[in-house]
Amino acid sequence: MLAKRIIPCLDIKNGRTVKGVNFVNLIDAGDPVELAKQYAIEGADELVFLDISATLEGRATTLEMVLRVAEQVNIPFTVGGGISSIEDVDTLLKHGADKISINSSAVKNPDLINELSNKFGSQCIVVAIDAKQIDNDWFVHLAGGTIPTEIRLFDWVKEVEQRGAGEILFTSMNHDGTKNGFANEALAKLSSIVNIPIIASGGAGTKQHFADTFIEGKADAALAASVFHFGEIPIKELKEELRNNNIEVRI
Amino acid sequence: MKIAIIDYGAGNIKSIQFAFKRLGYEALLTNNADIIKQADRVIFPGVGEAGHAMKMLKASGLDRLIPRLKQPVLGICLGMQLMCLHTEESNTQGLGIFDVEVRKFTNAVKVPQMGWNTISNLKSSLFKDILDGEYMYLVHSYYAEQCKEAIATTHYEIDYATALQKDNFYGVQFHPEKSSGAGEQILKNFLDL
Repeated sequence: MLAKRIIPCLDIKNGRTVKGVNFVNLIDAGDPVELAKQYAIEGADELVFLDISATLEGRATTLEMVLRVAEQVNIPFTVGGGISSIEDVDTLLKHGADKISINSSAVKNPDLINELSNKFGSQCIVVAIDAKQIDNDWFVHLAGGTIPTEIRLFDWVKEVEQRGAGEILFTSMNHDGTKNGFANEALAKLSSIVNIPIIASGGAGTKQHFADTFIEGKADAALAASVFHFGEIPIKELKEELRNNNIEVRI
Repeated sequence: MKIAIIDYGAGNIKSIQFAFKRLGYEALLTNNADIIKQADRVIFPGVGEAGHAMKMLKASGLDRLIPRLKQPVLGICLGMQLMCLHTEESNTQGLGIFDVEVRKFTNAVKVPQMGWNTISNLKSSLFKDILDGEYMYLVHSYYAEQCKEAIATTHYEIDYATALQKDNFYGVQFHPEKSSGAGEQILKNFLDL
């Protein structure tokens, strides 16, 4: 059976992991490559790198990092953050990224999804969606959730699928950072209206939250950052717990 | 050992080169017929769309070269699918090495299948030291039907051929280069054939 995936997410600035990573046994916890290797050994199924560099130089350093990750890490990884053109994607894939993720640029220019999936195949195009629940309706937000739009989440997700996205990374702004669990109701609805894999993001605090998002939220994968980086939830223990809940995981 | 990875412009193939490097081997990315013919092992990768990939193969004459190779050849993902008779993707004729049809998953399951699934019914030294039920990383919307050339199966919607073999030709639907230590073991086994 296809296993549910556990995905640690790393914020990268100028080729280094951003503050908030506290890992034992690492020579250099700021080095994304060291961290990625450690996560692969612990049983992570995939990795997501989110580049938050603001400068061209910073982005160039991140590209070098992508190449080193591809050289040294034997599980798949996605790179996101600031990607807005075919050239950006071509460069990242040539540096060894397995998938890329677009967010605001897809909202501003939805044709980009078609262009990327036609050129590179939908299997490597992840569309990330940040959304917030306002008066019982979910609205897409841009720029890391800071800018609201009029676009309804459930309309957007259908359009994204039709345009050729291979996967959706859904972050609930209402849940992100709360450690109170994932947005399972919205996630389950997403899975019922599109037929591509959904990655749940935002709200992970306990192992039970992961079990809940796979069962109630019907998520195909779950992404988290701080609970992994601070060692609050070791991936091995998490997967054993999930297996005890009869959830298919790779151990 | 000379390893050639056929480069016909199909997606992220550097990962395969890096995987061999982690095993201690330098593999060459090439579309040069002479280099491919003289290699001890040939990898036939592929990511993307079947119709387009087949056109690229024909444009370079690789469609005629590949079926005539005598050394062990390993098709990966779309590479494996193109070694089959025909694929539903863009109604594309394959190289016909494996006598099997490639079909699309229905909407009964999420498409593409993306992630780690198990391989079973292992029937080849390609899987030496690999446990029945080992997880491999897969990303695909089309699958090769169960057939007599199957040397491993995976279940997603139905049981399908996740690895194929005929004579010196091998094909795997999963990505050994992205499948952790077990995937690297399969690449090593391929070199040891």
